[in-house]
Amino acid sequence: MNAHCQDADQSHLLLEQVQAALTNAAPVQITAGNSKHFFGRPASGIPLDTRGHCGIVSYDPSELVITARAGTPLAEIESALAAAGQILPFEPPDFSGTATIGGTVAAGLSGPRRPWAGSVRDYVLGCRVITGQGKHLRFGGQVIKNVAGYDVSRLMSGSLGCLGLITEVSLKVLPKPRTILTLRLDIGRLEALRVFPEWGRQPLPITAAAHDENTVLLRLEGGEGSVRDARQKLGGQETSSDFWAALRDHRLPFFADPRPLWRLSVSSHRSPLNLPGASIVDWGGAQIWLKSSAPADEIRQLARTAGGHASCFTPGIDDSPLMPLPAALLRIHQQVKAQLDPRGIFNPGRMYADI
Amino acid sequence: MNILYDERIDGKLNHVDQAELLASLRGALPDLEILHSEEDRKPYECDGLSAYRTMPLLVALPEKLDQVAEILRICRRLGVPVVARGAGTGLSGGALPLEQGLLLVMARFNRIIEINPEGRFARVQPGVRNLAISQAAEPFGLYYAPDPSSQIACSIGGNVAENAGGVHCLKYGLTVHNLLKVDILTIDGERITLGSDALDAPGFDLLALFTGSEGLLGIVTEVTVKLLPKPQVARVLMASFDDVEKAGKAVADIISAGIIPGGLEMMDKLAIQAAEDFIHAGYPVDAEAILLCELDGVENDVREDIERVRNVLAIAGANDVQLARDEAERVKFWAGRKNAFPAVGRMSPDYYCMDGTIPRKQLPVVLKGTAELAEQYGLRVANVFHAGDGNMHPLILFDANQPGEFERAEALGGEILELCVAVGGTITGEHGVGREKINQMCVQFNSDELTYFHAIKAAFDPHGLLNPGKNVPTLHRCAEFGAMHVHHGNLPFPELERF
Ligand SMILES: Cc1cc2nc3c(=O)[nH]c(=O)nc-3n(C[C@H](O)[C@H](O)[C@H](O)COP(=O)(O)OP(=O)(O)OC[C@H]3O[C@@H](n4cnc5c(N)ncnc54)[C@H](O)[C@@H]3O)c2cc1C
Repeated sequence: MNAHCQDADQSHLLLEQVQAALTNAAPVQITAGNSKHFFGRPASGIPLDTRGHCGIVSYDPSELVITARAGTPLAEIESALAAAGQILPFEPPDFSGTATIGGTVAAGLSGPRRPWAGSVRDYVLGCRVITGQGKHLRFGGQVIKNVAGYDVSRLMSGSLGCLGLITEVSLKVLPKPRTILTLRLDIGRLEALRVFPEWGRQPLPITAAAHDENTVLLRLEGGEGSVRDARQKLGGQETSSDFWAALRDHRLPFFADPRPLWRLSVSSHRSPLNLPGASIVDWGGAQIWLKSSAPADEIRQLARTAGGHASCFTPGIDDSPLMPLPAALLRIHQQVKAQLDPRGIFNPGRMYADI
Repeated sequence: MNILYDERIDGKLNHVDQAELLASLRGALPDLEILHSEEDRKPYECDGLSAYRTMPLLVALPEKLDQVAEILRICRRLGVPVVARGAGTGLSGGALPLEQGLLLVMARFNRIIEINPEGRFARVQPGVRNLAISQAAEPFGLYYAPDPSSQIACSIGGNVAENAGGVHCLKYGLTVHNLLKVDILTIDGERITLGSDALDAPGFDLLALFTGSEGLLGIVTEVTVKLLPKPQVARVLMASFDDVEKAGKAVADIISAGIIPGGLEMMDKLAIQAAEDFIHAGYPVDAEAILLCELDGVENDVREDIERVRNVLAIAGANDVQLARDEAERVKFWAGRKNAFPAVGRMSPDYYCMDGTIPRKQLPVVLKGTAELAEQYGLRVANVFHAGDGNMHPLILFDANQPGEFERAEALGGEILELCVAVGGTITGEHGVGREKINQMCVQFNSDELTYFHAIKAAFDPHGLLNPGKNVPTLHRCAEFGAMHVHHGNLPFPELERF
C-alpha cells in the first residue's frame, strides 16, 4: 500500500456530508481503510470516506505528541515516528495495511504491548469531531495533562464511530526502546499462565507475553543492560521479533483455522479457562484469541466467569458481536447516544443494535 | 467576576427547607449521621480552595452504600442538589458546597477491600487515602503509581473525580491510566460498573469519561486500581541553573534524547528558597532554577540513563549536577519539592495555586510572561511544577487582609491561565475546573463545545442535581464573562503564535 496521502484539509467536505445527513435524516456509515470491516455489527447508511482528509498536522518529537487528520494512513504515521526514533506505544493492529489513524482510534484496538504500555485511549490527548449537531469541535489538546471539561477524546476512542466523526487526533508518543529481543521458551499453557503473573510482579523489562501451543513468547525491551540481564535470567532461545506484528495483525497460521474467531478479554490472575477450541494467549494472559464453533452464549459465559468479556471477530456469527451490556449500563449508553447523536446518523447499529 | 454560585447566571436551584430535607432523610435513614447545626456544618464550608466558602444546607456522613443510594433517591425526588466530598483537599473548589444543596461526605468509606498481588490490583472504597493503597501493597513489592503531593490526605474517590496526577505522571500516567474499574451510583441511586476486571470493557469508554468528571456524573462507591511492581532502583539528579529559560530548555532536551524520567520537576528561585528554609533539602539557594530528574527502573538501565541525562544537562548549561548519594538523600531532595506549597505558605499570609498546562517548548515563554504579569500586578509568584508534563503551578503570594490584594491575585491568576490557553495549553492539568476556573472555561471552549459538555452531563443527570455549577459554565455565565473580557477573535497576548 502507498503509505503517503495527499496532504489535504477536507474537513469542510466532511462537515457538509454530515450536515446533509442531518437535513435528510439519512445516516452515514463512516469508512476509511476498511481494515476492520469485520469488527462490530454491519453498519448501514450512506458511505462517508475520510481518506481524503489526510496528513500530519504537527509533529514535534521533543513534545512527544503527533497530530494528524483522521484519514492519514497508520503506516504514514508510523514511518514519520520511526524517522525520529519514536513509536505509537499501544502497537495498533493494521490488519490489511490500509488502516487510518481515525479508524485506529475509533476502533480502539491495541496490540501486544497493551498491558505494559496502555491502550489507544491512554495515548489520545485530543481530537476534533464533527458532532451530531453538525458542528466541528475541538476537545482536549496537545498537552499530556488536561482535565478541563469532560474527556471527550477518550470517549471517542473505541466508540466505533457511533458518537460522531473524528476528523483529527493528537496522540502521545514515546521513544522507541533502545534494545528489543524476543525469546521462546518451551512451556505448557498451565505453567505459562502461572508464570506470567509471577514475572509481572518482578521489575523485568517485559513488553509482550504470549502463549501459542507449547511455547511462551516473550518480548524484552529497554536498555542493553536490563535486556541482557533478563535474557540470562529467563533462559530460552532468541527468535524473531516479527512474531508480534504477525500476532497483532492476525497473520499467524493459527488465524487461518476456519472456525469463528473470538477475542476474550479476561482478568489474567483467574484460574485457567477450559476453552472450547484452539487458542493463543496474548497480553500476559489477559487476552485470548479463540477459534471455536461453540455457541456465543457459552463463550461469553466463560469470559464472564473470568471477570471479562468476549467479542466475535468473525462477521455474521452473532447479532451482537460485542458482549451485550447489563441493563443499567445499556441505558446510559442509549442516553449518551441520544444526547450526542440525537438524530442517530453516525454508524447506527455498528456497536449495538440501538446504538 | 465572582465565582460563587449565582442563580441568575448559573441556573435556578430548587429551594428546599432544611427541616423538610432533614425530616425526609431521618425518616428513611434513622442511622445516618447528618450535621445540621451551623456549628457542625462550619468545617465543611470549603475544600482546599479556602478563599471561597459556602455553608451547605446539610452535611450527610454515610457509612453504608445503601444509605448513599437512599440519600440520592431522596434528593432526586425533592430536587435537592448533591455535592460529593472526599477528603476536601481539592484546590479548585470542586467540593465547595451549595446553600441549597446537601454535602455528601464519602470519607467514611475508608476500607481496603482487597489487595490482589497475583492480579496486581487493589479494590478499595472511595474514602481510602491515596497513600494508604501503596502502603497496603508494599509488602507485595507493589504500589499505586499516581502520587499527588496531597497523597497522605486525599481520597481515591476524589482522585477519580479529579483525574489526579502526581510527580510520576510523565512515565506512569494519571489516575485514568491506572484504573481498572469504578463502581458508581447514579443520581437515581442505581449502581453501575464502569470498566471491568479485565483490561477493557465492551461499549463506550465511560470509565475514561467518568474520570475527571468532578462529581457531576455520579458518585464513586468503589475503585479498582492497578498496582505496579516497585522499580528496582530510583535515583534522582538535581541540576541547578543560573537562568530559568536554560532549565526549561533542558527539560525538552532530556525528552528529545529518548529518555522518559520517572519524574521531572522544576522550581524557580523563590520556590527553592522557600523550600530550603522549610525543609533544608540541600537546595542551592542562589540558583535561578533547579531541575529534579528521577530515573527509575531496572538497575542497568538507570545507570545508563544517569550518564545520558548528565550529558544533556551539561550541554544545556547546568552549573551543577548532583546525584543523590543514597536513598536518604533522594528522599530529602523530593521532600523539598513535595512540601513546596506549605513552604511557600510560610512566606506569605496567603497563596493561590494555578494549574495551567502547556506544550513543553512554551515553558520559557510562559515563565517570562508570568513574571511580567506578576510585576504588572505587583505580586510575587513562585513557580513549582511538573516540568516533564508541562504542568505549571505558579503560586501567587498575597495577603487577603490587604484591601484589594485578593482580587488582584485572582485577576493575575486568570491572566496566567489565559496565557496558557494562548500558547496551546489548558487551564487545568490536574486540579480540575471546579468553581475556581469556571470563568476561564469560557476562554478555552466555545459555546458549541460547552453545549456538548452539557449534553454529556444530561445523559447521566438530566435534572442537573449532581454538583451543579462546577466544571462547565452555563452559556449565560460565559456571555457575561465575555462581555467584560476580550477574547475569541480578539484574544489577549496577540503577539503569540496560535495553535
Ligand atoms: C497541598 C496540596 C497538594 C496537592 N497536590 C496535588 C497533586 O500533586 N496532584 C493533583 O492532582 N492534585 C493535587 N492536589 C489537589 C487534590 O488533593 C486532588 O484534587 C485530590 O484528588 C482531591 O481528593 P479529595 O479526596 O480531597 O477530594 P475533594 O476535594 O473532597 O473533592 C474533589 C472533587 O471530587 C468530587 N468527589 C469527591 N469524592 C467523590 C466521590 N466519592 N464520588 C464522586 N465525586 C467525588 C468532589 O465533588 C469534588 O468535585 C493537592 C492539594 C493540596 C492541598
